[in-house]
Amino acid sequence: MPDQVSLKVNGASISVPSGTTVAVAMALAGQLCRTSVTGEPRGPLCGMGICFECRVTINGIPHCRSCQSPCEPGMEVASET
Amino acid sequence: MANTTYDVVIVGAGIVGAACADEFARRGLRVAVVDRDVVGSGATAAGMGHIVVMDDSEAQFALTRYSQQLWQALRNELPAEVEYDQCGTIWVAADEEEMAEVRRKHDFYADRGVPTEILDAKRLKQSEPNLRDGLQGGLLVPEDAVLYPPCAARFLMQRAQQRGAELVLGASLSALGKGRVLLSDGLQLTAEIIVNAAGAWSAELTPGIDVKKRKGHLVITDRYPAFLRHQLVELGYLKSAHSVASDSVAFNVQPRRTGQILIGSSRQFGAEHKEVDQQMIVRMLQRAQEYMPALGQLSAIRIWTGFRAATPDKLPLIGPWPGDPSLFLATGHEGLGITTSLATARILVDQITGANPEIPIEPYLPSRASKEHAHA
Ligand SMILES: Cc1cc2nc3c(=O)[nH]c(=O)nc-3n(C[C@H](O)[C@H](O)[C@H](O)COP(=O)(O)OP(=O)(O)OC[C@H]3O[C@@H](n4cnc5c(N)ncnc54)[C@H](O)[C@@H]3O)c2cc1C
Ligand code: FES
Repeated sequence: MPDQVSLKVNGASISVPSGTTVAVAMALAGQLCRTSVTGEPRGPLCGMGICFECRVTINGIPHCRSCQSPCEPGMEVASET
Repeated sequence: MANTTYDVVIVGAGIVGAACADEFARRGLRVAVVDRDVVGSGATAAGMGHIVVMDDSEAQFALTRYSQQLWQALRNELPAEVEYDQCGTIWVAADEEEMAEVRRKHDFYADRGVPTEILDAKRLKQSEPNLRDGLQGGLLVPEDAVLYPPCAARFLMQRAQQRGAELVLGASLSALGKGRVLLSDGLQLTAEIIVNAAGAWSAELTPGIDVKKRKGHLVITDRYPAFLRHQLVELGYLKSAHSVASDSVAFNVQPRRTGQILIGSSRQFGAEHKEVDQQMIVRMLQRAQEYMPALGQLSAIRIWTGFRAATPDKLPLIGPWPGDPSLFLATGHEGLGITTSLATARILVDQITGANPEIPIEPYLPSRASKEHAHA
C-alpha cells in the first residue's frame, strides 16, 4: 500500500495515494475543475500542462493546472466558476 | 457581386467604417464596404473598448460626449457578446498636483453636464482595494463604459447589411478616389462618394493625409472576478500620452465581463512592425504594478499590439478631402475611435446628406490640416 495523502476538495475530505495529481483527486471526488465563461463544464484535456483546461484554485491561488500539481497533505482545492 | 455602382463605397471595415455603413444605410443610401481582411480586424480588434469622455480640448469633449450618449442609446440593442458594461472610469491621482487636476476635471465636466465624483484617498481605496496605499484620490466618471470592440463592429456591420449595405471582404485596393475604388483583382466599384476609413493605413491610400501609426501594446489576464471594478487610468497619462516625441507607458486597466483584466497601455511612434516589443511590455507592466502591486500575482494569457491612427492635433479627420470632390475621410481617431465611431458616422453622413449636425463639425474637417500647412 502506498502512503495516503489527505486533502480537501470543495470542502470535503478525500484521501488519495501519494503521487496522485490534483486532477485525479478531482475526478475521484466527482468534482468539476471549472466552468467556462459560457457556463460549460471543464476538466483535464491534454493531461500534460499545455491546454490549461484543468485549472483549479489550490490553497487560494487561482488558475493552477491540476494535472501538473501533485496532492499534498492538507491541501485545499476548489473548483473555479 | 451583382452591382458595382453605389451611392457610397467605404474602404475599411473597422468600427469606424462599420458605423458609417450603418448610418448611410439607415438614411437610405446604397453602400458597399470593402476590406482586405475581416470586419473589425485592424485597430478595432486590438483596442481596449473604453467608452470614455475626454477633456483634452472642447472639440474632443464634444465628440466623445456626443458619441458616448449614442452608445448609451444603443445599449439595449447590443447583443451580449458586445459586453457593454457601464463600469465607470476612475482617474487616479498619485500626488497633490494630480489632485488639482482631479478638481479641474470635475469642474470642467460639471459645467458641461457630465456627472463626476471626487474621491479622497479613503474612498479610492474602498472603491478599488487592489490599488496601492498612498495614492491621493481620484475622479469617478460613472457614465463611462467598456465594450468588446470587434463584436461591436460586427454588430454595426450586420445591422448595416440588414439595411441593405453590401460587404466585400478579402479585397485589397490598388487605387481609391475620383469616384471609384479599384480592387487588386481588377474589379472596379464606382460611387459618387468614397469614404477612406482605413485607420492607420488611410495615408497609404490617400497620400497627403497627416495620419501616422502609433503602436500600442495590451496584455490580458486569466479570469479574476472582482479583482477590479472600474476602468482605472493614471492622471500622469495625460502628460505621457501627449509627449509625441518619445515612447510612453501609462497605468490603464480595464475589467472585462469575463473577470479578465486588460492591462495597458503603451504609445510608440515609428514602430511599424506588429511584433511585441519586450522592453515596452516590461515598462508597461512595471508601471501597472506601481499602482496595483497585486497585478504581479495574476497570470497573463495573451499579449498583442495594434496601430492607432494619430493626427498632429489629436482630433480625427471627418469630412471632405480637399482636391477630390468624391473623397471623404473618416480616420485619425488615435486612441478614441471605439468611443467616437458612432458620432463620426453621424456627422459624416450629416455633411453628405445636408442634415444639421448636433455638434459643430469644423474642428474635425480635413481642410483644417491643409490650412495649417499653408500657414506653416
Ligand atoms: C492598444 C490600443 C488601445 C486602444 N484603446 C481604445 C479605447 O480604450 N477606447 C477607444 O475608444 N479607442 C481605443 N483605441 C483606438 C481604437 O482601437 C481605434 O481608434 C479604432 O479601432 C479605429 O477604428 P477604424 O475603423 O478607424 O480602424 P481599423 O479598425 O484599423 O480599421 C481599418 C480597416 O481598414 C482595412 N484596410 C486598411 N488598408 C486597406 C487596404 N489597402 N485595402 C482594404 N482594406 C484596408 C483594415 O483591414 C482594417 O479592417 C485603442 C487602440 C489601440 C491600438
Ligand atoms: S489538462 Fe491540459 S493543462 Fe492540465
